Amino acid sequence: MSDTADRVKKIVVEHLGVEADKVTEEASFIDDLGADSLDIVELVMAFEEEFGVEIPDDAAEKISTVSDAIKYIEENKG
Amino acid sequence: MRRVVVTGLGLVTPLGADVETTWANILAGKSGAGPITKFDASNQKCRIACEVKPADHEYGFDANQRVDHKVQRQVDPFIVFGIDAAGQAIEDAGLENMDEAMRLRAGCSIGSGIGGLPGIESESLVLAEKGPGRVSPHFVHGRLINLISGQVSIKYGLMGPNHAVVTACSTGAHSIGDAARMIRDDDADIMLAGGAESTICPIGIAGFAQARALSTAFNDEPTRASRPYDQARDGFVMGEGAGVVVLEEYEHAKARGAKIYAEVVGYGLSGDAYHVTAPHPEGSGAFRSMEMALRKAGLAPADIDYINAHGTSTPLGDELELGAVRRLFGDAIETVSMSSTKSAIGHLLGGAGAVESIFCILALRDQIVPPTLNLDNPSDSCQGVDLVPYTAKKREVRAVLNNSFGFGGTNASLVMKKID
Repeated sequence: MSDTADRVKKIVVEHLGVEADKVTEEASFIDDLGADSLDIVELVMAFEEEFGVEIPDDAAEKISTVSDAIKYIEENKG
Repeated sequence: MRRVVVTGLGLVTPLGADVETTWANILAGKSGAGPITKFDASNQKCRIACEVKPADHEYGFDANQRVDHKVQRQVDPFIVFGIDAAGQAIEDAGLENMDEAMRLRAGCSIGSGIGGLPGIESESLVLAEKGPGRVSPHFVHGRLINLISGQVSIKYGLMGPNHAVVTACSTGAHSIGDAARMIRDDDADIMLAGGAESTICPIGIAGFAQARALSTAFNDEPTRASRPYDQARDGFVMGEGAGVVVLEEYEHAKARGAKIYAEVVGYGLSGDAYHVTAPHPEGSGAFRSMEMALRKAGLAPADIDYINAHGTSTPLGDELELGAVRRLFGDAIETVSMSSTKSAIGHLLGGAGAVESIFCILALRDQIVPPTLNLDNPSDSCQGVDLVPYTAKKREVRAVLNNSFGFGGTNASLVMKKID
């Protein structure tokens, strides 16, 4: 597992209060991890802080699973 | 007329994370005051408070008991305290498993005096330092005063009236009084009612200190700082926590065999129409509030055995309240006991009236009245009144009166008694 994936999963566990083993790469934030749309806004902010990337609203709207987040960060981090 | 009784209690206070622990500590004459630990207060005029203790403390509070991890992260502590106290009250009343018909007739009236001040303070700093794009999406609904009622209704599926009082330090008493009226007026059969506060943060302490409301002379002796009626009193000590009761229509409670603590028989409200922070110089608002509560209860002053006073330990307020009680009670002043439990847990602001109403209910239950701590030298005008110095006192308690007064000149009084 990549370093990015580890750090993303840690943020998800902390913010959503879910068990670490539920945070698989296929997991959907809303359907599997109990997030609502505002939780995703908050997660995106946390990813931006952690990785020093900017995730514009149109990109953030496309992030619905853990792997979406990892992929976006891997492709855009500086 | 529909009667309103109390069937459940919940407390989070500086002396305990539940009702019985808090009450035992109150009766034992313990103080919840100490140096401020939540932030570095070394540059503040007031460096003490009555904080709710952390989970690893002998009587500390563990938020994980009743509040989701995610909710804890998103909301201010006053909401966490409020959800927990409401949960305790629901469990105490045996209402964890209400069916839908019952939940349609069950509501919430849990308020706060100020709301999420620590979060407003910290997110303002985020805004200034990092810009608007870093402000939490949960900022607003994690700070709003009515979000205890909102969160509790969602958690327990309560679809009746959803209300939240904001009347500064009389919030808790107004919340119970308003909710009792909602039941009496047939808006609901069950109401979760009370108040919560948590404003022990730099701007909260600084703001009240600048208003000259806080004690600043006892920073090195925190447990001696809250001293209502004592000549050396110099302001209140800030507390935090929550108190929530289950109010229920009497026949409804009887039909399900609920334990009934007390009946809410009188509620009085008034405005001083005088000054934003100073009480009326003749205590006229306090007098009228108490008078109305007694009239609604159909009781005479001589029927009241215990008054839980507003008594915050400020130089002006304590004696004005006592003067109003003296005028209203006449000869009955000689038989009533009156104490301020703020001497032990500090001033819980919007939570005070609810927490102190619960102490009144426990005084009825246990036939014992809680003490006023630190009453070394009562002010001259307090002579001849039983202020229950230092030690709890066993006595007959038939009916109780709770007073709460707030900034803006708002006053609330509640009268409760044992069920006939």
